[in-house]
Amino acid sequence: MTGDTTRTIQVAALTRVEGEGALRIYLKDNRVTDVQLSIYEPPRFFEALLRGRPLEETPDITARICGICPIAYQMTSIHALEQALGIAITPEIRALRRLLYCGEWIESHGVHTHLLHIPDFFRCSSSIELAKRFPKEVIRGLRLKKTGNRLLELLGGRAVHPINAAVGGFYRAPRKAELHTLTDDLKQGLQDAIDVARWVSSFEYPDFDRDYEMVAMHHPEEYPMNEGRIVSTKGLDIAANEFEQHFEERHVAHSTALQCMRIPANTAYFVGPLARVNLNPSTLSPSAKQLMSEVGIEWPCFNPYKSIVARALEVVHAFEEALQIIADYQGCSPARVSYAPRQGEGCWATEAPRGLIYHRYATTEDGKIAFAKIVPPTSQNQRQIELDLADYIPSVLGGGDSETALACERLIRSYDPCISCSTHFLKLEINRQ
Amino acid sequence: MGVFKFASCDGCQLQLLSCEDELLSIADAIDIVHFLEASSHVEPGPYDVALVEGSITTNVDRNRILEVRKHSKYLVTIGACATAGGIQALKNWGDRSDYLRAVYARPEYIETLSTSTAIADHVKVDFELRGCPINRLQLIDVILSLLADRAPRTPRHSVCLDCKRRGTVCIAVAQDAVCLGPITQAGCGAICPAYQRGCYGCFGPAAQPNCDSLADWYLAGRATPVELVPLLRNFNANAPAFRECGDRIDPFLDSGGTT
Repeated sequence: MTGDTTRTIQVAALTRVEGEGALRIYLKDNRVTDVQLSIYEPPRFFEALLRGRPLEETPDITARICGICPIAYQMTSIHALEQALGIAITPEIRALRRLLYCGEWIESHGVHTHLLHIPDFFRCSSSIELAKRFPKEVIRGLRLKKTGNRLLELLGGRAVHPINAAVGGFYRAPRKAELHTLTDDLKQGLQDAIDVARWVSSFEYPDFDRDYEMVAMHHPEEYPMNEGRIVSTKGLDIAANEFEQHFEERHVAHSTALQCMRIPANTAYFVGPLARVNLNPSTLSPSAKQLMSEVGIEWPCFNPYKSIVARALEVVHAFEEALQIIADYQGCSPARVSYAPRQGEGCWATEAPRGLIYHRYATTEDGKIAFAKIVPPTSQNQRQIELDLADYIPSVLGGGDSETALACERLIRSYDPCISCSTHFLKLEINRQ
Repeated sequence: MGVFKFASCDGCQLQLLSCEDELLSIADAIDIVHFLEASSHVEPGPYDVALVEGSITTNVDRNRILEVRKHSKYLVTIGACATAGGIQALKNWGDRSDYLRAVYARPEYIETLSTSTAIADHVKVDFELRGCPINRLQLIDVILSLLADRAPRTPRHSVCLDCKRRGTVCIAVAQDAVCLGPITQAGCGAICPAYQRGCYGCFGPAAQPNCDSLADWYLAGRATPVELVPLLRNFNANAPAFRECGDRIDPFLDSGGTT
């Protein structure tokens, strides 16, 4: 802090987020004039390097966009390519895909909740430090996450960059008896997840209710994962293939991640677990629905800090649905629907752990990728995070620069930004004038 | 220990957090003083061990890795990006300005090198742990080795041996599949053949791989160069053995040279 009304605050690098980025805040007389969430993750050009590649490699390559949510990239690219190729999958393949997505939600929400986010509520720097005060709770979180990973390993081959998902279905469908080896751990996981949801809902949350447009997928009969319409808390209701008529990516100078906005009004919006729970309360699993009414939150909820409760409810849902899918499973034959390459174009949206994800591809007659467009969740939340910070920062300027920085990081972490998907995140710098 | 990230997907450092049963014991045995993904507690070097994930794709990162090296006693690279340049090394075969225009509306905002290269191309590396992603058990062995002051026991044999151990019937023999198992380093657990698909080389070249012989055998009736080149040129595209073989059989490359 300098003597007059000009000062600069800096946070070197955002921590406990996936990927790397910085935050610059411009202040004049303690009023926020601009907030820039800067993603300096080096660009990796996935959309360019897919061109000319055999289309069946696409799920293997798009998985590498993010080591934390590879299934989201695999599922979205597979569905989009199946649209381009005119492939209709069987109900059995569809159920196994939901099971795979359940595994990723458990694993990814498990990592974010226990290893990245909960330490904030107890002013701990890491889950290791948190484990010294809450050993039972941290071990419970790790156990829950491990079960998610086991599910991914069995169905996907491995947890990071699974190898079993293919255009048309799976390379190998699991045997019934193999899936049943997971049942005991999934039952324990469901109980653990219920306990975690009760624990996180007892945390203290800042009052920060906002007028968001929350956007998520919606399906009449099932909690949205792989399929549905795109709806919002402000009345949007479109098919997934109308996405680009209502959302547009912009390139801003301070970031290697594109920012996605609602068009034509050019407004920011909010995706992720809180948006999904708000827009889909009726299709949550029975235990998750029961907890939703018990946790003392008025739904719909527009406080971003409470995203962790939504995340915990979704983990309950994922365990319960996984158990149901396994109980109903009678085998899957064929494991993969065969197809012939053709010239075509297809797009699809699914719900990644962090929110809506949209892909569009064009294919060539000889089975290659001609064009790829990938819109990850973080590029969609990025502008909303900047706007939240602009409103929030004045309330936390009193405590000194390091306290301000810490408060900003906490707000950003509640979004669970995944910056390595900046196919394209955070240093904090505050410029005061 | 410090964990450092360059151009990558975070999947390899996530493997450290995926050691659910061992994570708290590891944290008891070593001080992790720089691990941005997992902890807000950050201390400056020097470090006894630096784990480095990701490849070098920008000028800033080229300078940053020199700094990490300067402050680290042992530098261990983890994953295909750090050991071979990763999937983003595909741009080494393309036109940088074309890549920029394909992804970004305002290319002038983006600073990037024309290549994605392994860490060892820039600084001395003490040990390379392969895989896309790395195997967490191999990572634990590397950490234990450093604690015990012994060399890591990371096998360099091919995936084939692990298929035999796993009892997987050879899909290259029985199903005429195109499988990179014979030339790819083990470590993944030989999962792809066990899931009825050919190995796609994500752990990079095994020790003394005879890539040309395998490629010529596949090209004699089982695959065309157009099918085989992308298989050799994916997550370990810039690993010398895979790169040289892919370039040799690439019908669209004049002299086999790359940028």
